[in-house]
Amino acid sequence: MSMINYASREINCKLVYYGPGLGGKTTNLEHIYGKVSPNTRGKMISLATETERTLFFDFLPVDLGTIRGFKTRFHLYTVPGQVYYNASRKLILKGVDGIVFVADSQIERMEANVESMQNLYDNMSEYGYDLTKIPFAIQYNKRDLPNAAPVRDLQASLNPGWPVEDGAQQKVTPDPTHPGENLIERVDNQWVGRAPYLEAVAIRGDGVFDTLKVVSKVVLKTLS
Amino acid sequence: MAGAASWSFSESDFKQIQQHLQAFLRDSNARCALLVDRAGQLVATVGERPQFDPTAFASLTAADFSANDQLAKMIGEHEFASLVHQGEKESMFLADVAKRVILVVLFDQRTTLGLVKLKGKGAVEKLNKVFEEMFNRVGAGPATPEKGLLEGAEDEIDKLFG
Repeated sequence: MSMINYASREINCKLVYYGPGLGGKTTNLEHIYGKVSPNTRGKMISLATETERTLFFDFLPVDLGTIRGFKTRFHLYTVPGQVYYNASRKLILKGVDGIVFVADSQIERMEANVESMQNLYDNMSEYGYDLTKIPFAIQYNKRDLPNAAPVRDLQASLNPGWPVEDGAQQKVTPDPTHPGENLIERVDNQWVGRAPYLEAVAIRGDGVFDTLKVVSKVVLKTLS
Repeated sequence: MAGAASWSFSESDFKQIQQHLQAFLRDSNARCALLVDRAGQLVATVGERPQFDPTAFASLTAADFSANDQLAKMIGEHEFASLVHQGEKESMFLADVAKRVILVVLFDQRTTLGLVKLKGKGAVEKLNKVFEEMFNRVGAGPATPEKGLLEGAEDEIDKLFG
């Protein structure tokens, strides 16, 4: 739920990093925290267990700068990935403007990825939000590991596409981050849309800012 | 609804909100009042300037209130319309406003919980009215800034992350 304050000339947007436990959501935020100038970010809050597993959420506010006289600030949140924290996970989705799904590329975590994606759809629909209509990107993390599944397999399981029924959107839309691929295209006589995806090694910072950039742009586009 | 609805408020809304909060602080002798939306964004601060990071505080407040909402439902209550966190010297009183915003009052030994609660009730009623009118206007008024926002935004994003 973006909030526009005309008195203080501020736009605030909420991004949530979702995904299975130990997939790298907190690592994404930690990298951003470490790399962004202290002038453009606030304090990072982590509600974690003693073993540094996210218990409720991590929170990091980042200022993008001033746009048309409005200070634009993104509030980044992670959710706890572990299955049994669903009640608190769902609370964090309240008022979300954009979602990054951080998938764990390891073959062994495929089932956990699918389960978490299903859980995201379910939790969003309980709030009446349609995941296919809000800014959403998928990050395939841990690409450096030897047991990482091929991106094609991850795409088939986690980003198979959804039917695009709105006539205005039924046009071939190239994927800006993957030349030669499309975000919206016709497949077997049906228009299909997919979420943009990015490959990452969050622990090294690879792909972290690219992911944030992709989602932030779409969020701002929905405001224009 | 495709996604979460945006909302915006004008300078005159902001002025009204501040006036109600200032009157409440005068009557209750509390230190500071903050308004936070349910998504964790700070809407307004009135009174003594807080010594902590108000953005972090706002996100924790929304999470606290949401968690307590769920606890209320688990024990068969529709909601907890207000919450109190009482410390040795500093205390907090939180109350729901129009189901979308949370009033947070920080107070110390210069007043009492009873007085804050009593005066808070009146302030919440006035704020409810302001916010309900504001939300009713959504769709009729300018809910988003002028067109062309993205052009500027892309440059800003590139500059920050480039």
